Amino acid sequence: MKSLADTALPAPAGPPPPLTVTAEPRPSGRQRAAELLQRQGVLAVLVLLCVISSFLFDSFATLDNTRGVTIQASFLSIVALGMTLVIVTGGIDLSVGSVFALGGVVAAWASQYGFLPALLLPLVVCGAIGAINGLLVAKAGMAPFIVTLASLLGARGLLLALTHEGAKTYLVPRGSAFQKLGGGAVWGFGYPVLIALALFGLGGLLLQRTSFGQALFAVGGSGDAALLMGLPVARTKVLVYTLSGLLAGFAGALNAARLSSGVTIIGVGMELDAISAVVIGGTLLVGGAGSVSGTLWGVLLLGVIQNLINQIGSLNSSYQSVVSGGFLIVVVVAQRYLSAARRGT
Amino acid sequence: MAPPEAAAAQSAPPGPDGPGDPAAPPAPVLEAVGVSKRFPGVVALDDVSFTLRAGEIHALVGENGAGKSTLIKILTGVHRPDEGELRLGGEPVAFHRPHEAQQAGISTIYQEVNLVPLMSVARNIFLGREPRTRLGLVDFRRMHRETAELLGGFGITADPRRPLHTLGIGTQQMVALARAVSVRARVVVMDEPTSSLEPREVETLFRVTGDLHARGISLVYVSHRMDELYRICDRVTVLRDGRLVHTGDLADTDRVRLVSMMLGRELARVRKEAAEGHDDGRTPAAEPVLTATGLSRRHLLDDIGLDLRPGEVLGLGGLLGSGRTETAKALAGALPLDGGEITVGGRRLRRISSAAAIRAGISLLPEDRKAEGIVPGLSVRENIVLAALPRLSRFGFISRRKQDRVVDIFMKRLRIKAAGPEQKVGELSGGNQQKVLLARWLCLEPRVLLLDEPTRGIDVGAKAEVQTLIDELAAEGLAVLLISSELEELVEGADRIVVLRAGSVAGELTGDDVTEGGLLTVLAETAPDAVPQPAPEAGDPPDAPAQAEAEAEAEDAPGAEGEPDGVPDPRKEDPR
Ligand SMILES: Nc1ncnc2c1ncn2[C@@H]1O[C@H](COP(=O)(O)OP(=O)(O)OP(=O)(O)O)[C@@H](O)[C@H]1O
Ligand SMILES: [Mg+2]
Repeated sequence: MKSLADTALPAPAGPPPPLTVTAEPRPSGRQRAAELLQRQGVLAVLVLLCVISSFLFDSFATLDNTRGVTIQASFLSIVALGMTLVIVTGGIDLSVGSVFALGGVVAAWASQYGFLPALLLPLVVCGAIGAINGLLVAKAGMAPFIVTLASLLGARGLLLALTHEGAKTYLVPRGSAFQKLGGGAVWGFGYPVLIALALFGLGGLLLQRTSFGQALFAVGGSGDAALLMGLPVARTKVLVYTLSGLLAGFAGALNAARLSSGVTIIGVGMELDAISAVVIGGTLLVGGAGSVSGTLWGVLLLGVIQNLINQIGSLNSSYQSVVSGGFLIVVVVAQRYLSAARRGT
Repeated sequence: MAPPEAAAAQSAPPGPDGPGDPAAPPAPVLEAVGVSKRFPGVVALDDVSFTLRAGEIHALVGENGAGKSTLIKILTGVHRPDEGELRLGGEPVAFHRPHEAQQAGISTIYQEVNLVPLMSVARNIFLGREPRTRLGLVDFRRMHRETAELLGGFGITADPRRPLHTLGIGTQQMVALARAVSVRARVVVMDEPTSSLEPREVETLFRVTGDLHARGISLVYVSHRMDELYRICDRVTVLRDGRLVHTGDLADTDRVRLVSMMLGRELARVRKEAAEGHDDGRTPAAEPVLTATGLSRRHLLDDIGLDLRPGEVLGLGGLLGSGRTETAKALAGALPLDGGEITVGGRRLRRISSAAAIRAGISLLPEDRKAEGIVPGLSVRENIVLAALPRLSRFGFISRRKQDRVVDIFMKRLRIKAAGPEQKVGELSGGNQQKVLLARWLCLEPRVLLLDEPTRGIDVGAKAEVQTLIDELAAEGLAVLLISSELEELVEGADRIVVLRAGSVAGELTGDDVTEGGLLTVLAETAPDAVPQPAPEAGDPPDAPAQAEAEAEAEDAPGAEGEPDGVPDPRKEDPR
């Protein structure tokens, strides 16, 4: 330690070291492979599974079966899209299953007044629930898990109140435009499938190519840094939960249109399927990284597994949960290894 | 260097005394008047006033925990003052969020978190002000190009697409700097910007500050390194225990006086302590306790061999990217190796892993202490004893008495400023968090201690104490490996210095050769001869597939690329 007295004069710290360029080491091949696998791993598994199944089951790779699988998956996929955005911010939305059911009932009830009310009223109601979630999370600083658990119960309660404890089922008028929205098809692919695809396209743009999407990643990656960088953290959170509520309600309305009625017992546990699909799709549960395309593959993967179990026939469909659960564990374990590989440790 | 000339047009708002009178000091740009801030159990600021004049570089100094960062957070809208007010250009203002301060033209590099590790370099730089295509979508092509240009001006050729956390912390800090100066600002605040920088990066930083200064932008500059302050700052404000001690021209205050004001001790005592220094009466043992041979890792380390003897402090020198941190990590088993052997106390480690290294008695104080080490939610005591728990416990029961004694010793010796041992570490000031981590590794009593930048962010008083501690530990027979980018610290602290270059051993200094001059000579010899500065475009090829899909759509909007010099669009960042 040079004595302080010696250095009373501002001493120049020797000649400046030569100016060279900081070149960071490139990511190794292993890191890149891990990154690719994390991003596209689900898609690979999905394709592999489809190829194998089409050899095993004659009825698998048919147009009819494809139509069936996709229409089944379309409603969950719309819900999971909203869930992806929420999870990217490091949050979670447990209310989507109840909101989905509520959206269906509200839409079926409003369908007696025409197409627009049937479409807009569920959006208003469910969007409001999402906004309340968001406000409680962002402004009151409550844990997303608690807030959305409460609104899971609340939305279910509201639904029961609307339907006299589930005794009353509202029907969508036959032949109405709203019913066509759920039942119509292009080349055999139901409108809900096409709508879901369009929403995923928009969702992908929103997440990857807009400032709002960047803010979602930043909030999930490091909320403190996002705040210090001057991002509107609270507003972003409110918006993302509102969006999740809107999407869940919209999916519920579509489903009601397809079923021609507001079924009350629907959507129980749907939030867990949505979360599984998101996580299987490579989105980090802690936030900060993820993609909507991964979620789409995740939803389809769950759908294909369900479909295969139906094909086998001898298996009870409850096995679907067992298989999906197994998948989830594999994916989460794989994610840990992959992110370790990406960090190069 | 390409920070936007957008800010160049900025000039100070006319103050009450206005221009014309050459003798009057320039008008204040940003002021804090009588501000106080209390946290549970501490008064972080007590009636502090601070005036930043137009066009000056104002040093803010004080011991760890004196309240510097708190004052900065109040000036930039992170905290609200409990009492007192802020004035911007003479007018009272209240910032409710950092965003509002930024809108008012105050750009800040905070001490702790600044950026989002998982996001790419370019996204971090442009977060919240992304360039758009005509369709209103984020224009990644332009963002990446401008990022490469901006960083190129700082001598960095990192791929803008790389996730930030894959870069070294020095480079991350430069990215934070690039972000801060690329917005249009009239005040730039830097809270210990150099604490994780290498000398060469510090030079780059000074070029940037000089540039900002020349454009009439005011700077607030916090650092514990005295020579930096005297090199670039005009005025100085000294805080001690949350109170204002002194404000004045830096030229009128010599170092010893400045230090004595910071520490609150008599000038004479500071002088005496400083003069005493330390004589190392150590005699290293002949037999090395640790021998490493042939440590190799593709692109990082190439056949590194080292000996460490009990009772000696071995310095590891070299320029940025020479592999010092990687070598330390490799010795601690924290870096997977392609080849190499480590022998500790005559026994070869069969598998080189962190666990094996710790069992063999090697412990490493890591360089990136934000990411590796501190547990903000745990108390000071818990953080200190975390690694030493096995040593402090018997049959699985933890002796609280022993713990308290150890914690007490280190809190005193390192002057850890906390409300008590039970305060959460996350609530301590940046420098005090560093001290807690240092204490954790020092109290381990290992056979081999690897210290990567041990005094980073630590104030002058405590720094001397740390260096004495290291000497004492070595005298007790510990083998110490010391990495420091401060040449002076390395030369004063080490008995022997091994110099690395590009991942392999390039030279060794022993005995009387261990001087700053000797080290500089070896460094100069080993420096890669005049690497031409490549154009930013010649940087890493876009090998990250991350935004490949997004890229595909970026072909639209040729009009959006009209900005010839790649300067961020000032229209989007108008402070008012
Ligand atoms: N969020 C908080 N909660 C409780 N106490 C805090 C908080 N932030 C700061 N403090 C306390 O306020 C005091 C001043 O801290 P501050 O961070 O301003 O110090 P500093 O001068 O920046 O020190 P350093 O040189 O170590 O960065 C410290 O005693 C610290 O423990
Ligand atoms: Mg500080």
